[in-house]
Amino acid sequence: MAVTAKKMDATAARLEGMNLPAGGKWATEAREDALARLREMGLPDRRDEYWKYTRPDTLTQADAPEALVFDAQETPLFDGFDRLKVVFVDGVFDAAQSDDLACEGLSIERLADVAQKDIHWVRDLYGALEINGQTPVHRPLAALNSAFATDGVVIHVTGKVSKPVNLIYRHNSNSSDAILHHVIKLDAGAELTVLENGPAAARFNKSMEVDVADGASFHHVRAQGRDHERRAVTHIFGRLGTESVFKSFTLTVNGRLTRNEAILELTGDDAVAHVAGACLGDGDFHHDDTVFVTHDAVNCESRQVYKKVLRNGATGVFQGKILVQPGAQKTDGYQISQSLLLDEDSQFLAKPELEIYADDVACSHGSTSGAIDEDALFYLRARGVPKDIATDLMVLSFVAEAVDEIENEDLRDEILARLEGWLERRRD
Amino acid sequence: MLEIKGLKVQLEDEDKQILKGVDLKVEAGKVHAIMGPNGSGKSTLSYVLSGKDGYEVTEGSATLSGEDLLELEAEERAALGLFLAFQYPVEIPGVGNMTFLRTAVNSQRKARGEEELSAKDFLQEIRAKAKTLKIDADMLKRPVNVGFSGGEKKRNEILQMAMLEPKMCILDETDSGLDVDAMKLVSEGVNALRDEGRGFLVITHYQRLLDHIKPDVVHIMADGRIIKTGGPELALEVEKNGYADILAEMA
Repeated sequence: MAVTAKKMDATAARLEGMNLPAGGKWATEAREDALARLREMGLPDRRDEYWKYTRPDTLTQADAPEALVFDAQETPLFDGFDRLKVVFVDGVFDAAQSDDLACEGLSIERLADVAQKDIHWVRDLYGALEINGQTPVHRPLAALNSAFATDGVVIHVTGKVSKPVNLIYRHNSNSSDAILHHVIKLDAGAELTVLENGPAAARFNKSMEVDVADGASFHHVRAQGRDHERRAVTHIFGRLGTESVFKSFTLTVNGRLTRNEAILELTGDDAVAHVAGACLGDGDFHHDDTVFVTHDAVNCESRQVYKKVLRNGATGVFQGKILVQPGAQKTDGYQISQSLLLDEDSQFLAKPELEIYADDVACSHGSTSGAIDEDALFYLRARGVPKDIATDLMVLSFVAEAVDEIENEDLRDEILARLEGWLERRRD
Repeated sequence: MLEIKGLKVQLEDEDKQILKGVDLKVEAGKVHAIMGPNGSGKSTLSYVLSGKDGYEVTEGSATLSGEDLLELEAEERAALGLFLAFQYPVEIPGVGNMTFLRTAVNSQRKARGEEELSAKDFLQEIRAKAKTLKIDADMLKRPVNVGFSGGEKKRNEILQMAMLEPKMCILDETDSGLDVDAMKLVSEGVNALRDEGRGFLVITHYQRLLDHIKPDVVHIMADGRIIKTGGPELALEVEKNGYADILAEMA
């Protein structure tokens, strides 16, 4: 992939005057390496194949486009859960609103702190999965993140953690531009659930690198904030060891532009990786799920389940790939991406891909776009359910397969209640 | 209760007339049966009465307790007391049977200006009614009709009917796809709902359902019209000789 001179120039111009955050030896090296990677690959532009359906310009331009802070006037998500809260406001850690960073079974530190040290265990992981994820497709905004992230959490999980870590991203300034980078390392047999919620900033670039050792399990449930004009690009990189489990679910409602990338590599036999997402978009809404799952071991299972409900001209994008490497026999891969188009102005752009180099695998994929099932709608109405409520029930029915990917029943109910509440309020 | 006068109906997207002038009156407390060969318009009649899209009424009227049905949305007809037991109940993944029914019951109550049923009262009622129809707790929790057998789907229809307590029930080929035992169970469910204040219109191909749900009046429908009306003996005649004799007699 030759980078054009024009792109090089544009990237150099954009990076001109941008200073890497100051830090200790390991962090400075890691950041300089990331910056070098970024310079080499160049920032994405609309001519890139990987950005064909989503315009990257507002994600790469110097200033974050304004996004009004939105008061949802509702109880914050996960409020009733026993959890370890870590709060960032416009990308800045807020100690007063956060819990003590201490919990049995894990050590948790701020990236801003550990970056000041000359040496730290995270040195071996920070940016490592991101680098890995740069092949075969470049993800320049992840390199940008590794170079310029100012803060984040660094978590080392040594056992079974009794309560989830909840990363809460508040948005207070209409022009905030936040870059956060989290690194999570799960030792063999360790277990952790990470919850994320909130809009974070007017523009948010977030990376999460998750290293799941043999027999460990990682669960992730997030809801991206509802501020209408916010923009976000997020990357989640996962490396899975033998018999490990990785399950991630994302709910997205509103937001002007969201690009969520998930890059997972199953490196140990019998590993299980599930990624799922449900999004509801209305009007000026562009939502892109880009997923790349690599099977590099025997007898692994992966699932990608994405559901998008779109209306009033909203756009949904899905680019999903399952790559089965030579020798990754007995792979069980599944990928489904579907959109429910509630009117004729909305659109869904899907690029499902399978690339298989092993001969004893079962991979299936499907992608559909459709309107509401009129027969089902009539059935509900014939029982006395008014059309608007019947339509909402059909929306819930449509996204159910994705929401069901959340293993924990309480978390699933929390997400469903949020969805129901949102649909209900829209009816009033 | 249900009064249909000179009803003519054609498909909306093609120039094809299906009902060619139907007259029918079902009184409260009575069970009327409609029999007839395939394509005679029986199911269309049930859809037009319950408000399905895709049909155009070109002439005639249909009223329930004096209210013009044809002017109302499907959900308004339901709230008024009309119930259609579907020939093919629809599967709705991801929506629990119980959630669906509670939404339906309370939507109707709300539309009629009645107080909504509390979760507790609803649960108590549905459990009792489900038991008599041999519907177990698992079926109530599962998504609407998903993975249900033919018999389970029809029992679920009758459960909905029992919970919604409509004034006028239309059963569209409720016997199709049922074995003998299931038919008996479903019929018992229907018979338990027979009441002075409630009318039934039972659409069926076969007399055997009418052994279980005994009709007061039997109509024969052919080519979009009701061509003959009589007592229960008419159904027996059809069973014995088929429709040919009656059709020939009318020709």
